Amino acid sequence: MPDLGPHAGFIVAAYGVTFVAVVGLALAIVADDRKQRRLLADLERKGIRRRSAGAAKPARPARKKRS
Amino acid sequence: MSPSLALLARDLKLAFREGGAIGTALGFYLVVIAIAPLGLGPDLNLLARIAPGMLWVALLLAALLSAGRIFHNDYEDGTLDILTCGPLPLSLVAAIKSLAHWITTGVPLALLTPLLGLLLNLPQQASPFLVLAMLAGTPAVSFVAAIGASLTLGLKRSGLLLALLVLPLYVPVLIFGVATASAAITGPASPWPPFLMLCAFSLASIVLAPLAASAALRIALR
Amino acid sequence: MPSLANPTRFLSLVDRLVPWLTALTAILFAAGLYLAFFVAPPDYQQGETVRIMFIHVPAAWLAMFGYMLIAAASLGTLIWRHPLADVAAKTAVPIGATFAFITLVTGSLWGKPMWGTYWVWDARLTSMLVLFLLYLGLAALWQAIEEPGRAGRAAAILALVGVINIPIIKFSVDWWNTLHQPASVVRLGGPTIDPSMLVPLVVMAIAFTLLFVVLHLIAMRAEILRRRVQAMQKTQVEHAALAGA
Repeated sequence: MPDLGPHAGFIVAAYGVTFVAVVGLALAIVADDRKQRRLLADLERKGIRRRSAGAAKPARPARKKRS
Repeated sequence: MSPSLALLARDLKLAFREGGAIGTALGFYLVVIAIAPLGLGPDLNLLARIAPGMLWVALLLAALLSAGRIFHNDYEDGTLDILTCGPLPLSLVAAIKSLAHWITTGVPLALLTPLLGLLLNLPQQASPFLVLAMLAGTPAVSFVAAIGASLTLGLKRSGLLLALLVLPLYVPVLIFGVATASAAITGPASPWPPFLMLCAFSLASIVLAPLAASAALRIALR
Repeated sequence: MPSLANPTRFLSLVDRLVPWLTALTAILFAAGLYLAFFVAPPDYQQGETVRIMFIHVPAAWLAMFGYMLIAAASLGTLIWRHPLADVAAKTAVPIGATFAFITLVTGSLWGKPMWGTYWVWDARLTSMLVLFLLYLGLAALWQAIEEPGRAGRAAAILALVGVINIPIIKFSVDWWNTLHQPASVVRLGGPTIDPSMLVPLVVMAIAFTLLFVVLHLIAMRAEILRRRVQAMQKTQVEHAALAGA
């Protein structure tokens, strides 16, 4: 790492804040994505179809969610 | 009487009859200007320098806080639905209601300004220019506020949300409005260029804002 | 792009693209950071702090790009009723707002060693602050309206009103700035950008842009799936009600 001069703290802080902000945003988005995929998979396993048209099986008693 | 004038007359009558609407906006304007020096200190030189900006900001807030009522009452009692089916195009309805808001809120606030300027030691020579700037800029304030009012129709906390949505759009009005008055105070620069920018912005708002407002109304009424 | 209008086809496209784009983004960031710290020389005027520019400038571009994207998507919602347009607009808001926030913070941290204060009301930072407020307004409106159809159309109108105002706001802020600071013309980017700085800057800009695209695609996928989940949950409740009745 080269010598960052007398204001190294500001440079590190700037990159640090950016890193935290970007990683925070990415984690939030990816976590939401995973959550929706999991919910969708659960619902499809229960036999719920998208749109009421088409034979949808009546709701079975709720199964224990895979943790 | 033409339908447009009838609608305008009706809105004006309702606003004056309600009384509290106009009075509250003026009262809010007064309260903000009255307590500002308590926070800033009684130094008359300081107050004189910030007076144009302070007065403009207080006016914007007062106008925004009363903007909800541009469409709210008619939305609540179903009149807005009827107006949608009426002879007037919805954008004209929005324009007329914005005009009514300007007449009942923008103009009174602007005219009260010289008196409140005394509280802030506003320099004498700036007063007429400030009032002129406010009279020229408050149409933009009312017409753009109507966009916010139509977008937030019927929502919770719509007053605060309206202000949040619309205040950034007032930046040009604020900048040129204050510049008109400041130029009259500080000297060689003429107040007319910023004043003309203000007029241009108001004219553009009068023409374009009702289009956005009516589109938003249709969305809210669906 | 009619083929992309189909959400299912869009989803499969996203599934295929995201891994490659993520890898490419990582590579470009690695290259960009190396160039930024080990290749670019310190500025003759600003010293090492100029390295903050390699984040600040791309972040500013992307904050603007994000809003333009939202405006374009808003046109898609209102005029062509493209089914994915409001999804694109909604998901771009937090990403663009984050880049605006990064621009403001890095600008502030760059300003302190340069000018001694954490905030200066120079034209560009002020305009970016207003842009950040416009993003907040969009987020607040999306949040306040429950019905997604109405929310999408209302937010589209607000975005278009905002985009029309942005040049006017920028012009008035520039004018205001010259009015109050006639002497100092210290631009945040420095008077000129030396070519040795240009390459790292461009690489970082591309890296950040790819990051935006990757995050946006994943967020769009999540939003599309969320709407399906909600529709299916509604069906589930309806069936349970019927079964119980």
